[in-house]
Amino acid sequence: MILKGKVWKFGVNIDTDAIIPARYLNTSDPEELAKHIMEDADKDFPSKVKPGDIIVADANFGCGSSREHAPIAIKAAGMQGVIAKSFARIFYRNSFNIGLPIFESEDASDKISEGDEIEIDADNGIIRNLTRGEEYRAKPIPPFMQELITAGGLIEWTKKRIKAS
Amino acid sequence: MTITEKILAAHAGKKEVSVGELINAKLDIILANDITAPISITEFNKTGADHVFDKDKIALIPDHFAPQKDIKAAEQCKMLREFSREHDLSLYYEVGRMGVEHALLPEQGIVLPGDLVIGADSHTCTYGALGAFSTGVGSTDVASAMATGECWFKVPESMKFIYYGKLNKWVSGKDLILHTIGDIGVDGALYRAMEIEGETISTLPISGRLTMCNMAIEAGGKNGIIVPDDITEEYVKSRAKREYTFYTSDSDAEYVDVKEYDCSKITPTVACPHLPSNTKPAAELSSVTIDQVVVGSCTNGRIEDIREAAQVIRGNKVNPNSRLIVIPATQQIYLDAVKEGLAEIFVNAGAVFSTPTCGPCLGGHMGILAKGERAIATTNRNFVGRMGHPESEVYLSNPAVAAASAVKGRIATPEEVI
Ligand code: SF4
Repeated sequence: MILKGKVWKFGVNIDTDAIIPARYLNTSDPEELAKHIMEDADKDFPSKVKPGDIIVADANFGCGSSREHAPIAIKAAGMQGVIAKSFARIFYRNSFNIGLPIFESEDASDKISEGDEIEIDADNGIIRNLTRGEEYRAKPIPPFMQELITAGGLIEWTKKRIKAS
Repeated sequence: MTITEKILAAHAGKKEVSVGELINAKLDIILANDITAPISITEFNKTGADHVFDKDKIALIPDHFAPQKDIKAAEQCKMLREFSREHDLSLYYEVGRMGVEHALLPEQGIVLPGDLVIGADSHTCTYGALGAFSTGVGSTDVASAMATGECWFKVPESMKFIYYGKLNKWVSGKDLILHTIGDIGVDGALYRAMEIEGETISTLPISGRLTMCNMAIEAGGKNGIIVPDDITEEYVKSRAKREYTFYTSDSDAEYVDVKEYDCSKITPTVACPHLPSNTKPAAELSSVTIDQVVVGSCTNGRIEDIREAAQVIRGNKVNPNSRLIVIPATQQIYLDAVKEGLAEIFVNAGAVFSTPTCGPCLGGHMGILAKGERAIATTNRNFVGRMGHPESEVYLSNPAVAAASAVKGRIATPEEVI
């Protein structure tokens, strides 16, 4: 799978309240959530972001609450994925569970600038910066997470297990 | 092995587990609330399972936007109620019986030492205070777990935190954990188990231990955990309705890092906006004016916390430029506070005394900040916009400092008003 898109950059410790503020959590409708994506980090973001865009952030992306609404909102806004130096644990888990592609790469996080066009080869974790002609490598995805992706997320994986039992 | 490894191994049906290993483990309690359960319910219905794995092990608690603050919130709460009825769940708590989930489950003896607990709420790590392994997950994890009774885990590395020395006056579990997060940072324990121990902890009451483990997530931790002891036994024995197990850590258990703190050097501590790690001694912040004070939440909404705040408020009035909102975390705490005359102390001082809810802690309802307003709260997060407008500010403290600040209308230490 190749993901190609334009980059929005964010800093360190982007928390789930910044990704989707709690005041909007009286719904879990993805379209509604997408309208407020990253609003508290950048109030114009919901109107600027275009389908296909990619977030590149520093360390500890998605820290704070366990709300799955955060990766859901990113996905519903049409974004293809997130690259960060590291992810907070629950956000990492949630992203795989719901099928939002995420990649850990120090190099990519340091060298990619806002507005760059990048291309991610999700299968081998190679990130190409088309604007700068550079290439970076993401940390390999653990085998179990790959199994989840292949199954189509945790629910599909669970379905198979229920059928098999 | 560490206590964390032993609990995970026992629930995975293994003799041993090692750090980094992926396991599937059986769960004792699964939790979700009115924000996270609706997604879990929708996803559960997609699994093809026609019944939940165990109707007595799934706790659904409407606490965040409950009592229902608007029509959308009411719809979400209704989903929990209907699902609970459909599946005959015994651990559904209706408004009027509910409390903030992480205060309610230990209080009611639902979570016990040695348990493996997941919750679609990041502060599920609270129950480590009783010697359980508990951790926050997402809604989809809960959906899958409700069907299968299992969840996948990566066995975390453990990090040890040792506390020694005598606690200073007005210093409690909140100050110790804020001080610790200030030291190691908001990702200082990322993916790790935070094992908390030491002579100071061995005399710390369960309320303070719950506060400390509650905030493990604020350091990025997977779980916070304290090896159970006599204080734990005293707390759980009258509450438990089933068997429980005390696990300990072996003397040769491995830790990736060990941190030691001399508690006699820790003074009442405040986390400044906009990160829990941005800590300073309360005494250095006396120029910070305060519009709103909140005492409550799963971090500090227990009876011990309400008593501590009342002790500072008694005989004082809330500053004309501030408002004080006190929210006992459960119905039982509310009732105890009324019986002990604490509710009266707050109302006489000019404060709000509210029914249990998460409410303002997550900027939900019952005390939202306007643009430019500043709050001090006994809650656990002070991210941008956490309690209202993105240009408002939240400071975090223990209940005594919060109460003193309500009296002064600025950040204050208890000594200034008592
Ligand atoms: S009180 Fe605050 S931190 Fe605790 S569960 Fe409720 S919203 Fe979350």
